[in-house]
Amino acid sequence: MKSYLLKRFLYSVITLFIIVSATFLLMQLLPGTPYSNAEKLTESQRAILDAKYGLDKPVAVQYITYIGNLLQGDLGYSFQYQGRTVMSMIGDRVGPSAFIGLQGLVFGTIIGLILGIVSALRHNTWLDYTSVTLAVLGMSIPSFVFAALMQYYIGVKLGWLPVALWENYWSTIMPSLALSVTVTATVARFIRSEMLEVLGQDYVTTARAKGLNESGVIWKHVIRNALIPVVTMLGPLAVSIMTGTLVIEKIFGVPGLGEQFTLSILVLDYSVIMGITLFYSALFIAVVFIVDVLYGFLDPRIDLKGGSQA
Amino acid sequence: MNQNILEVDNLHVSFKTRNGAVPAVRGVSFSLKKGETLAIVGESGSGKSVTAKSIMQLLPKQNTVIPEGTIRYEGKDMLKFSNKEIQSVRGSDISMVFQDPMTSLNPTMKIGKQIMEGLSRHTQLTKKQARQRAKEMLELVGIPNPETRLDAYPHQFSGGMRQRVVIAIALACNPKILIADEPTTALDVTIQAQILRLMRNLQEKMDTGIILITHDLGVVANMADRVAVMYAGEVVEQGTLDEIFYRPQHPYTLGLLRSMPNLDASRAQPLIPIPGSPPDPSALGTGCPFAARCPYTMKVCHDYNPGAVAISESQAVRCWLQDERTPPEHIPAEIKEGRRSTEEAAADAEGVTA
Repeated sequence: MKSYLLKRFLYSVITLFIIVSATFLLMQLLPGTPYSNAEKLTESQRAILDAKYGLDKPVAVQYITYIGNLLQGDLGYSFQYQGRTVMSMIGDRVGPSAFIGLQGLVFGTIIGLILGIVSALRHNTWLDYTSVTLAVLGMSIPSFVFAALMQYYIGVKLGWLPVALWENYWSTIMPSLALSVTVTATVARFIRSEMLEVLGQDYVTTARAKGLNESGVIWKHVIRNALIPVVTMLGPLAVSIMTGTLVIEKIFGVPGLGEQFTLSILVLDYSVIMGITLFYSALFIAVVFIVDVLYGFLDPRIDLKGGSQA
Repeated sequence: MNQNILEVDNLHVSFKTRNGAVPAVRGVSFSLKKGETLAIVGESGSGKSVTAKSIMQLLPKQNTVIPEGTIRYEGKDMLKFSNKEIQSVRGSDISMVFQDPMTSLNPTMKIGKQIMEGLSRHTQLTKKQARQRAKEMLELVGIPNPETRLDAYPHQFSGGMRQRVVIAIALACNPKILIADEPTTALDVTIQAQILRLMRNLQEKMDTGIILITHDLGVVANMADRVAVMYAGEVVEQGTLDEIFYRPQHPYTLGLLRSMPNLDASRAQPLIPIPGSPPDPSALGTGCPFAARCPYTMKVCHDYNPGAVAISESQAVRCWLQDERTPPEHIPAEIKEGRRSTEEAAADAEGVTA
């Protein structure tokens, strides 16, 4: 177990390093400068600024300096906001994003599980067809379309929830719901097919042959076994939520990390782009890692010690 | 005294498909006494498993129809049972062992819990007592270190061990009937013998009636008191073990026995297969389903399906050769001989009683 965790940790560090390097190099290919008033700057003013931020040095030197700072936990300063560290900017902005993201994941998983389980138990009935149709719609229509529709109907027409802005708990619901659409659809489709597969397994017949009642069979034998693979889906789903926040935060005016990220790319705030990319990547790697470890606990057949064959 | 605990009478089971109902079991009748082993033999698709599962009502409800027939357990028709009633019979009065031990245990549940589930459903035992009983069951089926093994998962057992666990689950509540659906098909031969011996020992201890479904005549010879031979959803012949093995009256039974390898026979003597393959159940005509493969076919066989004819008190056959209108010169020697020895046996029995 310990050696497995250590190995996974090392892989994670290597992955992060590759991401940082690739982002750094790709970013250099973007045209323009990080200075907002670039066209007003004279040649000599630019040279002074470049020297101040180290942009006059060759890319290789900049890269090594960045990595060196990074190893000391220093993400650098923003180009846009005088004297603000990237770290503090992430810290300020991560709260709302994490909140609507997690809430969206929870909404999506719960609604998805209910839809999927019901449609598997009522296989080939109108309930099943309806929820499959909903799931396909949810998969294929982008979340920002739902966001706009919700804003118009629920926000403007019915006036049930605030259209946008970040004021109280009610403002978090629509962004979370918009984010949860893909999760709902994916979880519903996945648990449905898993349930149908498990329902056809011999051990379910064994459970019935023991005389268990139908709900006992479903709860203790079918759902538990069908849920295990769904856990693996949570990793990629969390990632899809993360990328979803980029757009959704913009639409609902949520002061989150995603909004900051898009902004920083537009104005070429190099250190912020790097910092947030690194943050998202680390989060992603951590989620996948946690899911893998969790899987080992849920499924007794998975042995994290490695080596010993069951 | 020798009362039947299970009586299946004229059972029909069909499956709904897109092309209409397909009959899988067509008028099967048999009975089982306490402590007795009835073997149901036949090739794949002959309706053995469907018959067994319909007794337990384990067939998928959405696409199964039972248009006719009764299944009486201790005199009560189980087909008329409510869900609740059938659930209380399952696992406590009638249990089932399935074919593949690799898939018939829940992979994510400790095996102790899987044994205890049935116990807590059907008995008043406390959790502790149920665990104790589960441990005893593991011991009974010959699993070493039962106490620690209770907390093991199925994947930590070998195939033979798993089948023992499945048997332990089935026998935990002392059922009166055990239905074993090809219990040794997935196991290798040495384990097969162990499992069969185990089932026989437990049967003696608990006086369980066993319905053994198999296509292995060697297993039948080892285990059965009586045998029912199924073909295309019908019981074409049934009788005692001796009757079926030494005095078979149906050409299909005869064919099955001939296709079985025999240690005493010389190597040069080839096995005789039954030509052709079983009929498509969705395209059965009005005639005898075996007619197309039967070496002794007569004209009547293609048009009319024969009814069951009782040959002795225990033996019954569905074949036109048994009809008294069949000219004696048409009846093959093997069947004539079998019939003569049946008569002799009957005469002997009479002589004894007289």
